[in-house]
Amino acid sequence: MIFSYYPGCTLKTKAKDLDRYGRKSAEALGITLEEIPNWQCCGGVYPISKDEIATKLSSVRALASAKEAGQDLVTLCSACHNVLKQVNNDMANDEEICAKANRYLELEEEYHGETNVIHYLEMLRDKVGFDKIKELVKNPFTGKKIGAYYGCLLLRPGKVLQMDNPENPKIMEDFIRAIGGTPVIYPMRNECCGGYVTLEDKALANKRSGKVLENAKDMGADMLITACPLCLYNLNKNTDGYDVPVYYFTELLAEALGVKD
Amino acid sequence: MNRKDKQEQILRMSGVNARKCMRCGKCSATCPAYDEMEYHPHQFVYMVESGNIEPLFESESIYKCLTCFACVERCPRDVQPAKLIEAVRVMALRQQDNTHMKKGDLPMMLDEDIPQQAIVSAFRKYTK
Repeated sequence: MIFSYYPGCTLKTKAKDLDRYGRKSAEALGITLEEIPNWQCCGGVYPISKDEIATKLSSVRALASAKEAGQDLVTLCSACHNVLKQVNNDMANDEEICAKANRYLELEEEYHGETNVIHYLEMLRDKVGFDKIKELVKNPFTGKKIGAYYGCLLLRPGKVLQMDNPENPKIMEDFIRAIGGTPVIYPMRNECCGGYVTLEDKALANKRSGKVLENAKDMGADMLITACPLCLYNLNKNTDGYDVPVYYFTELLAEALGVKD
Repeated sequence: MNRKDKQEQILRMSGVNARKCMRCGKCSATCPAYDEMEYHPHQFVYMVESGNIEPLFESESIYKCLTCFACVERCPRDVQPAKLIEAVRVMALRQQDNTHMKKGDLPMMLDEDIPQQAIVSAFRKYTK
């Protein structure tokens, strides 16, 4: 299976592990991730305002590039996934945004939201299959109690992202089972860590991340997994004595598949 | 721009129909930045609906929204308050010289682990 792949800015810098282990695992699963040539940063947060056009164009370029290659577009970072899917939704359903973006870009062929964007976890679930992954696991996380931390960007808005039930998700729990671990379900798993506001308001990020970690610890999690570099940062910076290490899910996948060096 | 024009522009930019709000307060109850806000999500909705927008422009509350989409997801009437907050913020930032993050502020906010994702997000949310 071959997919177009959009790594995003952070996976080339502070979140190299998320990318590296994702690529190694994909290879082990027989998947080829073809990085889109000359991709540009998605901007980190979806520009919500309807009259914001220029800020949506980098996403449209990536989407159009995958369309040209005739491939589904895989993303790994929660934020890129959120921005690309929401912009894609605009291009498919908002005539004004679509017309303005196309007029600006003057692509060889107009883009109208044709590309199918999937998160890496969706690729594991829908293209590979968790059962298949289970068979390929060499080093299972037997006995490990692992909490899935979804945060906000993977799931919401549910109607647009269509990844899983935004209030009662199970894709990451199913992933944890596939690699042999025991999922720990805790209520704060889909609440915000404090996001980018951590830059100017450390106290807010501390409070939000602390609540997540406290709740995960109370419910018995040994560790958490995430797909978001900013969640990882906020949770690691605000441990407040809660001893719950946080890992990228791709790191655990690579370890389970025996391809982590 | 008069009060009515401002209100219309915010409604147009956000695509929100504030009249659908039934004042249940679920948006504010679920908001992770509630404590840090002077005006809370449900207040944004009725202040925009009634055209009382000027206090929102002046308030730090517009920079506290985390864009986590919790209020968007959980509103039983699909009002989507975060879209209104964003429209007010974008309109405020578009005023000349009205940037929330000044040149030179950024280096002080960084540490060696901060992911680029946070920095590009801050540029998008705090500047024009």
